[in-house]
Amino acid sequence: MINAVGRDIPEELLVNGKEVYQGKFYMDGKYMQKAAPKTRRYEKPAESKIVATLVDALKQCGAKDGMTFSFHHHLRNGDYVANMVMKAAIEELGLKDLTIAATSLGEAHDPIADYIEEGKVIGIQTSGIRGRMGEVVSAGKLKTPAIIRSHGGRPRAIEAGEVHIDIAFVAAPTSDCVGNCRGIGGKSNCGSLGYAMTDAKYADHVVVVTDCLVDFPNFPASVEAIDVDAVVVVDSIGNPKKIASAAARISQNPRDLMMAENVAKVIASTPYFKEGFSFQTGVGGPSLAANLFLEKYMDARNIKMGWAIGGICGPMVELLKKGKVGKVIDVQDFDLDAVNSINQTPGHYEMSASQYANPANKGAFVNKLDFVVLAALEIDTGFNVNVLTGSDGVLRGAPGGHPDTAAGSKVCIIVTPLTRGRMATVCEKVVTVTTPGDCVDVLVTDYGIAVNPLRPDLIECLDNAGIPHVTIESLKEKAYSLVGRPDDLQWEDKVVAVLEARDGTILDVVRKIKPLEL
Amino acid sequence: MEILKSAAAGTLESSDCLVTVEPGEGITLDLSSSVMNQYGRQIKAAVLETLERLEVQNANVTVVDKGALECSLKARVECAVFRSCGASSANIPWGGAVR
Amino acid sequence: MIRRPKPERFRLRRTMMFMNAQKPGLIKDAYIYGCDSIMLDLEDAVAENQKDAARFSLYHALTTIDYGSTEVIVRINGLDTPHWQEDIRVCVAGGADGIRIAKCESAQDVHTVEAAVEAAEKEFGVEVGRTLLMAALESPKGILNAYEICSASDRMFGVAISGGDFRKCMQTTFQRDGVDMLAARGQMLIAARAAGIQCFDTVFTDLDDEEGFRAEVLQNKAMGFDGKSLINPKQIRLVHEVFCPTEKEVRQAEAVVRAFVEQSAAGVGVFTVNGKMIDVAFIPGAQRTLRLAKACGMYEGDLV
Repeated sequence: MINAVGRDIPEELLVNGKEVYQGKFYMDGKYMQKAAPKTRRYEKPAESKIVATLVDALKQCGAKDGMTFSFHHHLRNGDYVANMVMKAAIEELGLKDLTIAATSLGEAHDPIADYIEEGKVIGIQTSGIRGRMGEVVSAGKLKTPAIIRSHGGRPRAIEAGEVHIDIAFVAAPTSDCVGNCRGIGGKSNCGSLGYAMTDAKYADHVVVVTDCLVDFPNFPASVEAIDVDAVVVVDSIGNPKKIASAAARISQNPRDLMMAENVAKVIASTPYFKEGFSFQTGVGGPSLAANLFLEKYMDARNIKMGWAIGGICGPMVELLKKGKVGKVIDVQDFDLDAVNSINQTPGHYEMSASQYANPANKGAFVNKLDFVVLAALEIDTGFNVNVLTGSDGVLRGAPGGHPDTAAGSKVCIIVTPLTRGRMATVCEKVVTVTTPGDCVDVLVTDYGIAVNPLRPDLIECLDNAGIPHVTIESLKEKAYSLVGRPDDLQWEDKVVAVLEARDGTILDVVRKIKPLEL
Repeated sequence: MEILKSAAAGTLESSDCLVTVEPGEGITLDLSSSVMNQYGRQIKAAVLETLERLEVQNANVTVVDKGALECSLKARVECAVFRSCGASSANIPWGGAVR
Repeated sequence: MIRRPKPERFRLRRTMMFMNAQKPGLIKDAYIYGCDSIMLDLEDAVAENQKDAARFSLYHALTTIDYGSTEVIVRINGLDTPHWQEDIRVCVAGGADGIRIAKCESAQDVHTVEAAVEAAEKEFGVEVGRTLLMAALESPKGILNAYEICSASDRMFGVAISGGDFRKCMQTTFQRDGVDMLAARGQMLIAARAAGIQCFDTVFTDLDDEEGFRAEVLQNKAMGFDGKSLINPKQIRLVHEVFCPTEKEVRQAEAVVRAFVEQSAAGVGVFTVNGKMIDVAFIPGAQRTLRLAKACGMYEGDLV
């Protein structure tokens, strides 16, 4: 069945009430029944929930074949916890047919690819998939199609019971003996634990894994002891060097800076750029650099940012400290400046993934967002964005909060170079639609700016400000004139991943790629 | 042109490619590319066409492509071939066999 | 194949940005940053054993990439090297707009290059005289011979000083107030103006010293330079800002040119504009101001 972004969704996926994507806000006003976890009562007072090993914790939680384990990705590429848990479950307890429900998976999880190849892990649900995991899933080695959701779509699916978590594992930089967790104060700090919060509330069992046990009560806690079954103390939960970079440096790449400046120009040309505006930006080169130029416009107009959300890094914390932004609400931290600031700098708060981006709750932060600046692997002439698959068709990306912020914000700006090496970023048809074109408003490239024709109001803003813009078709033609028109990718029938829209409908599928034989 | 000795041109930097030519019988092409699925066919065609223009009939050619544009690819193949004949530094037929 | 339009000997050249001709990732779209001219470098940026490879890259870049209205100049290797003749052949065959002669010291150097350029133009069927020349003065001798160099050929559009080598010869180093090169810059400017060609200042290499860069560009403008050589796209904007005329200068220039058009049609040679006496001698300056204003987006009229 063809959906609203023109993708053909196989009928066999449209079961149990699953529908194809029908445009943004299609589910608005509908009711949902929330799913409740089945949890164990701990009525008798106990001194401590600490158990000796992960195996003990797994046993205590009744771990068995076919279960779903959840993980969160605040430790990013430094994470050791997912690998440790899967090793204990599969190699020590001999479990099989397991499903991993992670907020994101990256190169840190390469060893888990072996368990997929061995058939021990049969399901993956995630917001991002990179490295060997992406390769083996793309190669069709996972028994069931991976399910890819946005950061808002995941808590929605959990709350709706579409993902039932048997055991949630919380990688905690600090915990007390009963499982009150925080992202700071230890040796592997990550700041916010926002993505773990929904998991902890909806999982049947919760296991805290920490490398820094602190005195009770570890407060204010991000994940609370009332939800925790067991605490395991390990030598190390992650490599601090890979958890948070020393400081997310603003790019000095002239191409990034040129695009960033144009992003700021576009923002400043709209009526939403006024005292108290709200803003989110990614940490990619040009997105982050937009902060710098935006500050200049804020100073020139003598206005301040009301609040900022998202994955947070140093430059945003700097703005907060300078009093140029009122509040920073934080679901994840990208560098040590942000890690050291959360819940310390006045105005810098933590939030859960649901509070951040869930389309099915009663109003997530993204719904109040004025501007979001995002990157793209590809964007097509329908303004559909792909941040999941490479131009070669292999899974190597993450929708993350991209579709959520794009849908919620008043102005969604995509910033990307027109080409990367020989790959055309602006293309005729993206490999995979991860953010639908009806949510994307402006494209800023190094070869020019294009505005979505669905937004005549923004076209007028740019015209009034004298900012030149062109059609997205002309940018695509320019890209192809530089790199040549690529051959169409060749696919097999097998679906290796299902891309869910944030509202739970099916946006696209990724099939197994057929490598080119010369 | 006749490939007299092994020669290479280019780098493994992004947007570039490394081309190596060696004496051989007939043309063999060993191609790897970071954009194989989308451009492998076009890269192969460009390399063979360039060799043909230079009248190279016997060579083992290795191309390791890092997303080079076609104009860079041609430049690397030509340079490798001229180097293999010791003729790369003067009197290049610009606009003739090289175009 | 891209056929570039016939180069204009005198055009706006506020910014000339150096690019290593051997780096495909750099030269493929250097024009997007909006500099007036790009300077593809076969000389210092290219290692001795890659001179051949750089020429192949350059040839295909020149004939494949549409640089639009951005001028494309190539810096060739010095006349004391084995490379310059083949450099000239590839520039002319590829259709570069102009050639920058490195380490130029005499009118004879210009004549030597010009002869090779003309031979190449004939060899490759290019209109004789199409390829422009500029000279880089890098030594005290070059500065002393500046006028004969500037006036050596009708192909010459400009002259530039190259600070690095020059300072070494003079046994000095970069000085923030520019005193190290004050005399040389002045002498070169006088020679260029006397010969009726353009004059460009050297590169500023400390990318982190924004204040120092601004001071140097302001001094360049005050001394009367036409533009500056650059090493990084992020330097472009400041030079264009500094070289922008003021709003008042633009209005005055517009009034002068407009009045001149009207008065000369009526046969009047001397007239007043905003209380200032104006004659034909003011016109080239006023037109230059308007052309500059147009490039800076400050003037949209049709007087230039």
